[in-house]
Amino acid sequence: MILDISFIGILIGSIMASSVPLILAASGELITERSGVLNLGVEGMMIIGAISGFALMVITDNLFIAIVGSMLSGVIISLIFGFLTQSLLTNHVATGLALTIFGIGLSAMLGKSFVGIPGKEFPILFSSLKESIPFFGPILFGHSIVLYFAFALPFLTNYFLKKTKLGLVVRAVGDSPVSASNQGINVILVRYCCILYGGAMCGLAGAYLSLIYTPQWIENMTAGRGWIALALVVFATWSPIKVLIGALIFGGITILQLHMQAIGFRIPVQFLSALPYLMTIIVLVVISRDSRKIKLNTPTSLGRIFYKEK
Amino acid sequence: MIKIEKRNDVPMALYFFTPFIAIILTILGGGIIFYILGFNPIEALKFYFITPISNLYGFSELLLKATPLCLIAIGLSFCFKSNNWNIGAEGQLTFGAIVGGGVALIFYNQEGFYILPLVILAGAIGGMIFALIPAILKTYFNTNEILVSLMLVYVSKLLLDYLVVGPWSNPEGFNFPETRQFSDSSRMPLLFEGLRIHAGIFLALAAVMLSWFILYKTYLGFQIKVSGLSLKTAKYAGFKGKTMILVVFMISGACAGLAGVGEITGPIGQLHRMISPDYGFTAIIVAFLGRLNPFGIIFASLVVALTYLGAETAQIFLQIPKYTGQVFQGMILFFLLASDYLLFFKVKILSLKKNDLRH
Repeated sequence: MILDISFIGILIGSIMASSVPLILAASGELITERSGVLNLGVEGMMIIGAISGFALMVITDNLFIAIVGSMLSGVIISLIFGFLTQSLLTNHVATGLALTIFGIGLSAMLGKSFVGIPGKEFPILFSSLKESIPFFGPILFGHSIVLYFAFALPFLTNYFLKKTKLGLVVRAVGDSPVSASNQGINVILVRYCCILYGGAMCGLAGAYLSLIYTPQWIENMTAGRGWIALALVVFATWSPIKVLIGALIFGGITILQLHMQAIGFRIPVQFLSALPYLMTIIVLVVISRDSRKIKLNTPTSLGRIFYKEK
Repeated sequence: MIKIEKRNDVPMALYFFTPFIAIILTILGGGIIFYILGFNPIEALKFYFITPISNLYGFSELLLKATPLCLIAIGLSFCFKSNNWNIGAEGQLTFGAIVGGGVALIFYNQEGFYILPLVILAGAIGGMIFALIPAILKTYFNTNEILVSLMLVYVSKLLLDYLVVGPWSNPEGFNFPETRQFSDSSRMPLLFEGLRIHAGIFLALAAVMLSWFILYKTYLGFQIKVSGLSLKTAKYAGFKGKTMILVVFMISGACAGLAGVGEITGPIGQLHRMISPDYGFTAIIVAFLGRLNPFGIIFASLVVALTYLGAETAQIFLQIPKYTGQVFQGMILFFLLASDYLLFFKVKILSLKKNDLRH
């Protein structure tokens, strides 16, 4: 098969589109984890974002409200996690799991009456440029605004963590909550903010799926992307730019297996569909093998409960 | 005025009492959700928690659903007690069912007393092998077991899907995504005429007894508990951490595999796509609600099984979506974790009068 240059352009464009939810969710979780909080509820927050975004779109017929609403719903559901882990000092892992189970159930319950309703077309930017420029057109143009935001986010996150005072505060809270607290930083408040921010980004990631990527509501439509996003944060060794690279690799695998299915590759569909999950395991093994490197980069207090005697 | 003090040690009575607080709060929370959804909360809760077990058939269904939950949760308790986060029991259940089901399919047209034990054994080994993957990767490659065990859930479900659609699909099945029916010799014996409850419940009870013995009466159990309380102490005591991780994952995988085999040789009788309504995930809640204690887990598995049954009943009688079951399950865990606050902190309500007297 001859791959012409415009086809490759379209291919890269679709890889970018499929990596958006991973970038958004992983960038959000990265901030949460840098503040020392391990929130395993990413999948649950994403699916809640997906259903509330879609439901709001159907009810209000306004995409802006739908997008903002999905982020708000992510904030609200992550507030449960924040309250439990920060105010009631519960175990991060167990609470995150509960959040995922709760989120999947709640989304299916809320979404029952939205199954089968067709989505609305999401406006894309620069659609004329997409057609007129051969190779770069489909890569650079003709995407939704959420995609452009997602691709800027890792750089913004990097700038925030490395160059701003607030970013320093977040890192200090994650690496040494006790000394941060002694410096007069309200550790619990900072962690609350990071958890809620993570919730907003996961909500947006979910809404991207149900409003833009496959505009409809399907039960369990996140299909493990939340967990892959969590793996991406480890893969990226908590560095925002590497999150972007990792997400593109996973987007690439997803698109590759879809194309292989479409061409009628002589491998059973299920094996191709399993590729992203198997790839996650392989990548984790390769990254984690060097335990020193992981230890150096992991936020020191990740997943540990911080309690200050009053 | 409310005063909060840190406790020095956890009172045991309260440790086993807070799960009841969590259950009561969940029922109240459920009532509120039903009210918001526009149902009469009292009536809905009655359909949820009383109607399903008001007759003998319902009660046997409760035991039927509690069996896999109890088995898996018993296995998970070994992992969780030693701080190993195996959350892929659903995958281990699926893979166990695949291996056990494969053996059952070999004997699909044969009868013999030896077949069922073989099938059960194969299921346990299948689950064990599948659980060894995250365990080996954790011990030798330092890989996060949470993510690996979870990714394998998706892999196992896709494998099952491939098998029942492709090579193992019933040749006389009109292309339905299912295998042949197992022969009667591969089926769990039923305990009572007309009820679906089967001999698998004895496997669960045996697992409870055995786990109690291992956890409280053996050196391995001691190691597991110490490692869970403090990894540093365990290292200092010279425990072989790697072997222990492998062992707890194997126990946990075997239990999940048994649960899977119990389902396909019990109520299902063949392999198809939907062999488990997420028992492997729900069992995580069962393990915590049962306080990782073998007998607590029996109780917890019955409570959580009721949320499955209640969700079905409520759907039939009131058209409440059956997913409320999962919402309830999530709420139980939320409330349980929240009520743990009472274990570590003393909440004192000081009345103003007393203060006045003191001053």
